[in-house]
This record gives sequence, structure tokens and C-alpha cells, in this order.
Amino acid sequence: MTPMFAGLLGRFTLDALPHDLVTAFGALTIVGAGVGALALITITHRWKWLWKEWITTVDPKRIGLMYVIISLLMLLRGASDALLMRAQQALSAGDAAGIVDANHFQQIFSAHGTIMIFFVAMGLLFGLINLIMPLQIGSRDVAFPVLNAASFWLFFGGMALVNLSLVVGEFSAAGWLAYPPLSELQFSPGTGVDYWIWSLQISGIGSLLSAINFVTTILTMRAPGMTLMKMPMFVWTVLGSMLMVAFAFPILTATLTMLALDRTMGMHFFTAAAGGNPMMYVNLIWAWGHPEVYILILPAFGIYSEVVATFARKRLFGYVSMVWATMAIVLLSFIVWLHHFFTMGAGADVNAFFGIMTMIIAIPTGVKIFNWLFTMYRGRIKFATPMLWFMGFVAIFTIGGMAGVLMAIPPVDFQLHNSLFLVAHFHMMIVGGVVFGFFAGLTYWFPKIFGFKLNERLGRYAFSCWFGGFLLAFVPLHILGLMGATRRLDHYDASLGWQQLFIVAGVGVLLIGLGVVFQVLQLVVSILQRDKNRDLTGDPWNGRTLEWSTTSPAPSYNFATIPVVADRDAFWVRKHQRSAQPAPEYEAIIVPRNTSVGLVIGLLAFGFGFAVIWHMWLLAVACLIGLVVTIIMRAQNDNTERTLSAATIAKFEARTSEVTA
Amino acid sequence: MSAIAERAAGAQRTVLGFWIYLMTDCVLFATLFATYAVQRNSTNGGPGGAALFDLPYVLVETMLLLTSSFTCGLAVIALQRRNKQLLLRMLAVTFVLGLAFVGLEFNEFRYLVTEGNDWQRSGFLSAYFTLVATHGLHICVGLLWALVLGVQIWRRGLGGNTVKRMTLFSMFWHFLDVVWIFIFSVVYLWSGRL
Amino acid sequence: MSEHKQAHVSQFEPSHGTVNSYIIGFASCIVLTVVAYMVATSTTISNTAAIAIIAGLAIVQCVVQLTRFLHLGAEFKPRWKLLVFAGMLIIVLIVVVGSLWIMNNLNYRMLHSSDQLQEYVESQDGL
Repeated sequence: MTPMFAGLLGRFTLDALPHDLVTAFGALTIVGAGVGALALITITHRWKWLWKEWITTVDPKRIGLMYVIISLLMLLRGASDALLMRAQQALSAGDAAGIVDANHFQQIFSAHGTIMIFFVAMGLLFGLINLIMPLQIGSRDVAFPVLNAASFWLFFGGMALVNLSLVVGEFSAAGWLAYPPLSELQFSPGTGVDYWIWSLQISGIGSLLSAINFVTTILTMRAPGMTLMKMPMFVWTVLGSMLMVAFAFPILTATLTMLALDRTMGMHFFTAAAGGNPMMYVNLIWAWGHPEVYILILPAFGIYSEVVATFARKRLFGYVSMVWATMAIVLLSFIVWLHHFFTMGAGADVNAFFGIMTMIIAIPTGVKIFNWLFTMYRGRIKFATPMLWFMGFVAIFTIGGMAGVLMAIPPVDFQLHNSLFLVAHFHMMIVGGVVFGFFAGLTYWFPKIFGFKLNERLGRYAFSCWFGGFLLAFVPLHILGLMGATRRLDHYDASLGWQQLFIVAGVGVLLIGLGVVFQVLQLVVSILQRDKNRDLTGDPWNGRTLEWSTTSPAPSYNFATIPVVADRDAFWVRKHQRSAQPAPEYEAIIVPRNTSVGLVIGLLAFGFGFAVIWHMWLLAVACLIGLVVTIIMRAQNDNTERTLSAATIAKFEARTSEVTA
Repeated sequence: MSAIAERAAGAQRTVLGFWIYLMTDCVLFATLFATYAVQRNSTNGGPGGAALFDLPYVLVETMLLLTSSFTCGLAVIALQRRNKQLLLRMLAVTFVLGLAFVGLEFNEFRYLVTEGNDWQRSGFLSAYFTLVATHGLHICVGLLWALVLGVQIWRRGLGGNTVKRMTLFSMFWHFLDVVWIFIFSVVYLWSGRL
Repeated sequence: MSEHKQAHVSQFEPSHGTVNSYIIGFASCIVLTVVAYMVATSTTISNTAAIAIIAGLAIVQCVVQLTRFLHLGAEFKPRWKLLVFAGMLIIVLIVVVGSLWIMNNLNYRMLHSSDQLQEYVESQDGL
């Protein structure tokens, strides 16, 4: 290949396309889904609408919905990975080889973890924050609307890279955290680890920018009268979580960069030789990784606070202690990270310190659980679907949490580290805690977002399948782990007699799959029955916080007049005051114009990542220059806002009150 | 809220948001510093900092950057007084001093590389180059920013956006000098002593 | 609430200091830099002392630049910049000191040659 072409095509060859059945099937699914979506939009003549209303939007409610849709699609991909893994382990015992070979199995579990954490959990997190947080603080927007759009498109770019790895090249086979030396060039020379690095790096920068955005929003854009101690609990947990993102994600950025430098520029940060130190990678990646899991769970806790108070029809118990518990978790989550590598060889003093800290961090979480229980006590509980998700969470998270405190004891961890007991523990935390929490949030706030309620019966079926299926899938893993089963193996010897438990776990995953089917069905049926279930008041659950004071869905400007707040549970207080509301006086509102800057940034970042993965240096430089030029051009643009006149607002408000009357 | 009050509040938010970004950059540099500290002796049989670093040379670099931080501060005072010509002159001096800093640093790197002490030689050198070059890249971004901003102020004068952006730029530039204090001390001044 | 904000409409940040305060800051930084340089290159100060003094001078210069150039602490209430700075400082100290403690411990215990480890094990009674 001539040098000119080498610069253009890098290490890309036709070998990169799928050449076996499994990967070909995966590639076809992705390509099919992509092409199918494009075709659908074209056939229904929706390009202009899509561009104007969604692709160039800077409305956080729209951006949030896009996050949620992408995340739920990625949930399907991550769940398929899980199905494949469970099927493999259930079927391969003794002489049976199962359905995938070892190399593919390793890529599958690596993709599963990466997708679930970064593109499902983080995506749903940012989606829900965008959708709800500005409404809850009585604000019209986030602090930096265009940055918000850029964050979403960076997330999209990272997601695109992960999916592209199914079509050209391969994915990482080094687990969701890509420990060196395995992830170094010597032992992973292909494009897999590079796909992993760059999809995380790009979406990670999006996350960091979102954190800056949301922290600034919460600190400076609350409605007049809403002091910090009058904010809804969801907003408090978002503030805590986003502060953690701001302080933890730079560690990830730096560490991924160093691994990338090792792989592309021959450096020796984490190599096995020439002065590299692979243990430093493990240390740094978990210094980020532990705060990351608390970043995910805290807002889920916030959602539970909202849901429990609403459906117990009682004020949240112990608000002040909840706030302190949240801030305690924010700080403590930065001093426990070594518990992820007790077995790497540190001395007893180091292990003991981190073991004790890990046990201590369970305490503020316990405070939260008790506060929710005390909120329920003497309430008049309505067992709507969001409340069911909460109750499933209490059961699963408490059990899983106890397993965690058990493993916080280093000598116990020496037995259980990297066993299926560990795998069971963190799935109880993330599925039972984070995923259930986001499902509770999505079902709770669905009417606010779409204007009609979800079908309750199908929601109950979905929850029951998820709850039963999850227990079936993961309780056996505790037993297997205690018996010595190591994680991430595609084959377990038949003589161990473990196959039956793997089969039970497999049935559990199938039941979860049925739960997903019910969720899809619930969505379809609810859409078909939407006229019957319209939310005409904006307040279908008799809620307590400000988002329920708007119509469903809320207008693009959220509030025609910014509310003035005097208490916690501001909307509840206002509802029960029965004082005469003065006729609203509308003022003109300045809103940011739509822009394609976010999309362009996401595309160029995706291009840059793709180029570096394939060593297409010319393309990489071109994308970098493009990014710089885009930002400079944006800075020249003075016409970034437009005005909604008072008359326009009055017309919108009149129209919606006609509908609700 | 009146439009002026809205704009002022918006500018305050942008300053806070940018400050938070600078704090995240501190954590990024801290990670690189920690890695450098862990790998300070991983020289792979090659030379360490004491043998490689030219302290008088780096002192000159430091003085250039420090002076540019000072002239940037004078530019901000000119901004407060809405003195466009003085601001542009001080910004230009800041730019030139920053450019000289980058030039000297680039020369330093070139010398190391041609002597065979490049980033591929050892973990120590990987950590050194990455930490110092990350700072240098930030300086380069700052120089480009100063250029674009200077042109914008020259053509459009001192209005809402340019005032805000000059404030942000000065925060960025001062922050980079604060980081340099630690690079100067930990990487260079400590090198003969560890 | 809007009156509270309108008081500060005229400028969105408190005054950024005077020329004098910048000159004092600049001069002190030059002094601190030169002294640190002299300590580093001196042949009479011991290594540990030099490291400690240089670190101290760096911290002092950092504070000078933060207060005089970056105007930390001079904002109107609420002092979010100061709070976020303090938060960052805590995290950075935890991560850097923690990493150094951990890696020092790990390197000592895990990166010796097998001969050295053998010697160590044999030197421990009752193992």
C-alpha cells in the first residue's frame, strides 16, 4: 500500500468485515436496524420534521427523550448479550461446546458490561435528568442548552462506535474495564480495545460536559424562593451525582488517554515491560469506577424518594437526614475504591482501611432505606407500577447490599473475588437498584412526558416477570460463587455438577426477557389507547413537586411565569392553599435557537474516534481541525436566541387550558 | 427579570460553569501527576530527570509564562476600564510570551527525542512527556483562543459576548500558570532530589 | 428574589483588583520561583529539606495566584466557586495521596524479584 493510501485507509482491510455466522448476524441486525430507521423516516417524509424538532433541538425535554430512546434500544442489545452468555453457560458442560467460541464469548461479556453501564444506565440517567430536573426546580432550561445538545450527540457518537464494532472490526475481549497487560497492544493487537477506548472517551466527555451543565443549572437557576433545602430529593441526588461526575470522570479521561497512548504511540504507562505498571491502571480505573456506580445509584435513590412520597401520599420522612446521607455518600464513594482489588496484593493495613471504609458507606444508604420505610408507615399506599418497582428494589438491593458488606472484609473477598458471587452482588445493585429505579422513574413520569398514562395491568405483569426472573437468574449465582465458580468462563466442567444451576439462571433470564416483552407490549397498547388515558390535568398522581404543575406534556418553555416557591413540596402546598391565584401576567421569553452544532460536534468526534481506531491519521487530523473550526464558527454567531412574545405565550396558555377545561 | 439582568445572570452562570470545567481539568492533571509520581523511577535503565532536565532553561520558560499571566491580568484591568486598545496590546504581549513558552518547550522536547530519550523509552519518560505536553497543548489552545478573541474584539469592540469571553480566557490562562507552578516544582525542581 | 440579583446588574463579577495588586502578585511569584530554583540547585540543603521547602513555596505561590490573579474568595455570596474549589481539592488529595500510598504498598510487595521475596519469606520466623 502506498504511503498516501496508508494515511487514508490506515489498517483497514476487508478482513475487518464479519466472516463468521455469529458476527455476521450481529452486523446484519445493526445495519438492518439503521437502514430500516432511515427508510422509515424517508417513506413517511419526516426528514424535515426530524431535523427541526429533534436533531437540532436544544430543549432538554427533547434531548432527554432522545437519550431515553437510545438507551432503551441499547438495553435490547445488552440484554441479547446476556441471553447469549446465559445460554452458553447453560448449554456447555462436559463435551458440549455451547453456542459461541471463547473469543466471541469474551467479546460478548465485554460488550455487555460496557453497553449496560455507559449506554444504558448513563443514558437513562442523563435522559431522566434532562426531562425532569429543570421542571422540578422551576426553570425553563438548563444553563447551557447548546452544550447539552453537544453532550447528547457525543453520547450518540460513542454509542455509534460500539455498534459499528459489530460491523467492521471486533470489540474488546478484555472485559468492561480492559485491564492491561491484556488490553495492551502486545496481547490485543486488533481494533477491539481501541473501539472500547474511543467510544468511552467520546461519551465520557459528553458526560463531563453534562455534569458542568447540570451543577451550574441547579446552583443558579432554581425558582425564586427555592433554597437548597427546599429542593426535591431527586434534584439533591442529581446535584450529588453530577458533582461526582465532575470529579471522577477526568480520572477516566486521563486513564483512557494513557492506555490509548500506550497503544498508538508506544508509550509505557501500563505495559508489562520498560517501566510500565499495570497495577496503576487498575488503581486509577477503579478510582473512577467506584464513584461511577454511586453516580448511577444516587439519582435512582432520588427517584425512589419522589415515588414513595407520592404513592404513600405522605411527605418524605427525614428530608434533612436524606440530604446529609446523600452528601455523605458523595464524599465516601471516593474513599473505598481499593475494595475492587483487595487481591492485587496490598498489605493488611491498606486493605483494612478500605475494607472499613466500604462498610461505613453502607450506613448512609441504610438511613435512606429506613426513611423510605418510615414514609410508607401510616401512609395510604397506592400500589401503582412505580411503587412496585420501588418495593422490588428494597428486597433486591438490601440482599445484594449485605453481600457487598460481606465482601468488604478482605479475607472473605480473597475467596469471592471474581467469582459468580461477585457477579450476583453487583447485578443486584445495578439491576435491583439502578435499573428498577429508572423503570420507576420512567413509569412515574411517562404521563408528564407524553400526555397519557401507561397501561397499569401490563406494567404489573412486566414487573412480576422482571422481579421473579431476576431472582431466578441471580440467586443461583450466589450459590455457584460460594462453591468456587469463577466469572467470565464460557465452559464449566460437567463433573462439578453446576449445570443445573446454570440452567435455572438461564430460565431466569428468559423470564426477564418476557418482562421486556410485556414492557414493549405495554408501550404499544398504551399508545393505541392513549385517548382513553389522557392526562388532562398535568397531575395524574396527585404529585407534590413542581413538574406536576405544568400541562402534560409541558410546553417548550416549561413555565409561562416562573413560580415563586416558599416550601418543600412546593406544588403540594400550592394545591392545598386554596388561595385565589392572581391572573397571570405574561412576559416575553428569550429562548435559544435550534442549532446543528451539537450534531456536527458529535459526528466529528465519532469520525475522530473511528479514524484513530483504524490508524487513518489524515482523517483524524481533519476531524480535529473540523472540531476547532466548528467551535470558532459558533463563536462568531451572534444570532443565537429568539424571543417568544407575551402574546404568543398567552395564546399557548389559552389553548392548553381549553383542552384541560 | 429585565433583559439586562437576564444577560448578567447568564454571564455569571457561564463564568461559574467555566470555573467548574477548570476544576475538572485540575483532577485530570492530578491524575497525570499521580502517574508521574508513581513512575518517577521507572527509567528502564535509562536516564532519569536529574540527568535530562536543564533547570536554567526551564526557569526561563517559567518566567515567560508567569509574565504572560501578569500581562493577561493587565488586559483584564483594561477590560474593566473598557480600554480596547490597551486590552488588545496586553493580549498581544500575552500571546507572544505564551508562544515563546511553547517554542522553548517544543525545543526541549525535540532535543530529548533526537538524543533517543523519547516517550517510548521508559515509563518515566512516557509520564513526563504526557504530563508536560498536556499542559503545552492547553497552552496552544489558549493561544488559538487569544488569537480568535483578539480578532473578534478588534472587529466588534467590547460588547456583551466579548467581555464575557475575555473574562473566561483570563481564567483559563491564569489557571494554566497555576498548573505550571506544580509542573515546575514537582517535575523539574524535585528531579535532582528524589 | 429578582431584586437580590438586580443589585449586581452593573457588573456580573466583583471588581477584578487593581494594577497594584497584580504587580504585588507578580513580584511575589517571581521571588517565590527564584527562591525555589535556588533551593533546588543548592548544594548545601539536604534532599528532604529541599523537597519540603520547594513544595511549600509552590503552595504559597499557588495561593498567591489563586487569590490575586484568579480572585478566588472574592465573589459575591453564594461562594460557589470557592466551594467547588474546596471539593476539588479534597478529591485531588484523596486520589493522589491514596494512589501514592496504594502503589507504594503494591510496588513494594509485588514487584520484587523472586530471590528477594524468597529472602524476605525466609527472614520471617514461623512461616
